[in-house]
Formats: sequence, structure tokens, C-alpha cells
Amino acid sequence: MSAIWIMAGITMREAARRKIAWTALVAGALLLAVFAIALRLQVLQFQSRPMSPFVRYQVEAGMLMIGLYTCDLLAVVLTILTSIDTLAGEISSGTIHAIATKPIARWQILIGKFLGFVGMIVAYVVITFYATIGVAYAVTGVIPEHPVRGLLLIIFECIVALGITFLLGTWFSTLTTGVLALGLQGVAFMGGWLEQVSGFSQSQHIVTLGVISSLIMPGESLWRRAAYEMQTSLAGSLSFSPFANVSIPSATAVVYAAVYLCAALAVAIVHFQRRDL
Amino acid sequence: MTDLNVSTEYAIETRGLRKVFGSHVAVRDLSLTVSRGEIFGFLGPNGAGKSTSIKMLLGLVRPTGGQAFVLGAPARDVEVRRHIGFLPEDFRFYDWLTAAELVRLHGRLCGMSAAKLRARVPEVIELVGLTAHRDRKLRGFSKGMLQRIGLAQALVHEPELVFLDEPTSGLDPIGRRMVRDILRAERDRGATVFLNSHFLSEIEVTCDRVAFLKDGEVVASQDLRAASQEAIRVVVQARNVSPNAIEALGAWADGVEAQPDQLRFRVRSRDVLPAIMRHLVSSGADVFALTPDRASLEETFVTIMGEDRGL
Repeated sequence: MSAIWIMAGITMREAARRKIAWTALVAGALLLAVFAIALRLQVLQFQSRPMSPFVRYQVEAGMLMIGLYTCDLLAVVLTILTSIDTLAGEISSGTIHAIATKPIARWQILIGKFLGFVGMIVAYVVITFYATIGVAYAVTGVIPEHPVRGLLLIIFECIVALGITFLLGTWFSTLTTGVLALGLQGVAFMGGWLEQVSGFSQSQHIVTLGVISSLIMPGESLWRRAAYEMQTSLAGSLSFSPFANVSIPSATAVVYAAVYLCAALAVAIVHFQRRDL
Repeated sequence: MTDLNVSTEYAIETRGLRKVFGSHVAVRDLSLTVSRGEIFGFLGPNGAGKSTSIKMLLGLVRPTGGQAFVLGAPARDVEVRRHIGFLPEDFRFYDWLTAAELVRLHGRLCGMSAAKLRARVPEVIELVGLTAHRDRKLRGFSKGMLQRIGLAQALVHEPELVFLDEPTSGLDPIGRRMVRDILRAERDRGATVFLNSHFLSEIEVTCDRVAFLKDGEVVASQDLRAASQEAIRVVVQARNVSPNAIEALGAWADGVEAQPDQLRFRVRSRDVLPAIMRHLVSSGADVFALTPDRASLEETFVTIMGEDRGL
């Protein structure tokens, strides 16, 4: 067991030493600054033009969702970009040889690295998520409905993206892993939109296509569930966008994502255990 | 010292080991044994299958067929690696670690306690001559320095069996000499060393036994300790050697052949050469040169492998 923690620790230390974590935090801070400015400008506009408190609240709550969606998207993309090299890169450079010949099973190497990334993802998402909510509250006074549920679902979405990146990393080169992982994220994004559209168009084909996309890569449905949890009474304020929900993923979608993650990790472990290094 | 609970006659034993990548046969049929406490040299041209063989012995590559045992356990056994050290060819590691951090990390991965590591890490860094650089990041290390720190991580846990894949490829002559001394010290400690190298002259002075690998098969092996016991051919360039002086050579040498301006004979040991020299000179012969001659490992290598096949 201790080997897993050694690997997790070294993975986190790598992120800190190679300034990956700091760069990611700077990116988050920049987005937050833009978000704060946009919110402030909106508030100033409201002050110059009388508006019903209900509409005003709806718009501000909608902007908070945009902020949280950006935070979610950034976290997912950074999860993929920072983790694509950890297996694929070390296999191709031969760095893995000095580790895989130590008295540690390969699955321990993989799980150790995975947990190291999970630790960083949790820290990163907690910071950027609450910073976004904090900024929105400070500027507008709006708070989301169930922030903890939303937070957990966003973290879960990142971990699913991490799992698929690890799976790909045991098979492909760094570049191919990155292209495929981001491509799958694109499919998920498309799936989310198609399911939204289907809420209006009532087209069974679009529903089916959206569901298939979400089955291939379930990440986006987790965001939409998170958005649903956080907006509740405000649902419909931005009714046709990825920030709100027309079709709400059920609890089954969350369970499916969990099964999907476990399966991805299981296949990654089996393949990593068996492959030549 | 590591605990020696894994015991068997051989440190390494393979039977019909085979690895095929697609249609390419990397290792055809590797059967060899390496005794405990030996420095074993694994020789062969590029592409002969040396690195693939080492990788199979370390469980990095899964054999297509055959069996491999290290220290009495199957090569894929995870626990046996507690007693194994490995320096990969072109050692590379996280360049954001310092030399001391790298060695400590590998020690921890081998299950060493923090207390043990506190004493051992400076010791092994000193052994490879990097004490002055122990707190420098690997990013600024030369290839030779990386090889040295790679050697340190391979030895930190005092393994019973050490695999070294081209350990001296990035080293200057002083570094090579250091590696040679370390390997001998490892053998004296009781460890077994499995060495892949292109430097035949080094193998010749370091190894106890060598195997020649060609097209994924061991085609010959040679005990270099025995070779040093073999008769040495000697050629003497000399004039005016009297028949009596030639006959008297029988006291030290066998198979004396006298030719114009040249004598050829065999001796058991180099130690008798000064006496022969004195004898010839005092008998009135004009000696121009006396050359002991043994087939070098390089000659043996070329004879076994054939001429360069354009690899």
C-alpha cells in the first residue's frame, strides 16, 4: 500500500515542482478576474436602469452559472492536459523502466499516479469553484442552491476525464492520448447540446444521438446534473444553453459515469499489467 | 546488507526464452545460467537482443515462450525485485528531482526505511562520485552524471543481483574506471552482476564469464577466469640466438619454434617472461622485442560474430 502513496506523493510533487499546478491556478485566477469584471459591469448596468428584482436575480444567477461552467470546463481541460504525459510519456522515454523494476506491482504505479492527480484535482476544483461563488456573492449577492452537490459532481467529471486519459495513456503515445481524450470530451460536449436540443425539437433521433454521445463519454452529463443541482428554482433562466437544463440527466447517468470510470480504470490496469515496457 | 532469504544455485537461469515482436524475432532461444557472485558479461552486436533479454529478466517485457528465473523466482515476481538493482540504458528520470532526492525515492520504492536511507543515500552518492552535486537538480546533469546517479539508484538497496545495461556508455575514462571498481566491490560483497556492454576491453578486465549473443541466441560463452590460466603465446624478435640458448628455453617454455630472426613458444605464465629475457640477453642474443600474445576478447568477438553485417 505504501508504494501507492509514494507514487501519489511524487506525482503531486512533480506538479508543484514543474509549476503545472501554479500555471493552472494562474489560468483559473485570470478567468476569475474576467468573471468578476463582467459581473461588476452587469451590476452597474442594472443600477443605471431600473429592473424588476426577479429578472435581475435571474440574470445574475445565470451569470454565476456561466462562471461555474467556465470553471468546470477549465478544470476538465487542465485535468487532461496535465495527465496525458504521466503514463504515455514515461513509457516512451523509458523513465518507467527504473520504477517498474522496483518491488511494486504495475497496478500500484497506475493507481498511485491516479490518486496523486485526484488529490490535485480536488484541491484545484475546490479553490476555483469557491472562488467563483465567492466573487459572485461579493458582487451580486447570489448564491447557488446546492453548492456541495455541484462541487462533487464537477470533481467527479474531472476524475472521469482523468480515468479515460489514463486508459488511453496505457495504449497510445502522449500526443495521440491528448488528441483522443480531448476529442472524447468534444463528443461529450456535443452529446450535452444534442440532449438540450432534443428537449425542444422532440426529435427521437436527436435524443438517441445525444444519449449515445453521453454513453461514449459521460462527462458532460455530470456537469448538467451539477448545473441542475445548483440552479433548481432558477432553472430556465437561461433555458437553452449548456448552463441550464432542459433535459436533466437522471441519477442513473451519475451511476453510469461511476461504472464507466471503474471500467476505464480496470481496463487500463489490465493492459498496463500485461503490456511490454 | 539485504536479507538473503531467496536462495538457489543460480542468480539467473533461462530456458528457451523467446520474444517475438510482430514478425521480428528479437530473442530466439535464450538458455543461460549465471552463478551467484559472478560478474557476467552479455555481448552481442546491435540488435542481437541483449536489451530485450534483460527486459524479460526484469519482467518489463513478457516472453513469447520459455522460462526465466532470477534469484530462484519467476522473472515477473514483484517481491524478488527487492533484491534486484537495474540501471537502464540511457538512464533518464524526473529532471526536477535533485540527485539525493532521486536516490532516496528509489530507496523508498525498494522498501528501505527512512533511518536506513539517511545513512545510505550519502554513502552511495559518494560511491559514484557525485557528493558535490547531491543537491543539484538532474536537469543540469550531463549524460555521464546521469549514468552515475542511475548507478547509485540501482545500488542503493544493496541488491543481490544487479543488471547494468551499457553502464559506461556516457562516461569518460575516469568514470569507466569508477564503474569497474564499483562492480568488483559489488562482487566482493557477494552480489551478482549482469552486464551489457559494447566496451569489450572493459568486459575483458571486469567480467568473470561472458556469453555471446547473435540473432537472439547464445552462440558461445567463455570463462575469462579460465582464459587467464591458458598458455600464452610469445613471439620474440631476435638475432644471433645460439642453439644452446634455444634448447635451454625448454626450462620455461613449450613448443619452441626457431625461425630466422624470430622465436615462437608458449609459456604458462607471464611471470617467467623476465627470466627468459635475461637468459636470451646473457646468451649473447640481440633481442628487439618480446611480445606475449593472447587472443583478445575483441578478436574472439569478431571471429564469433563474423564481419560487420551493416547493422
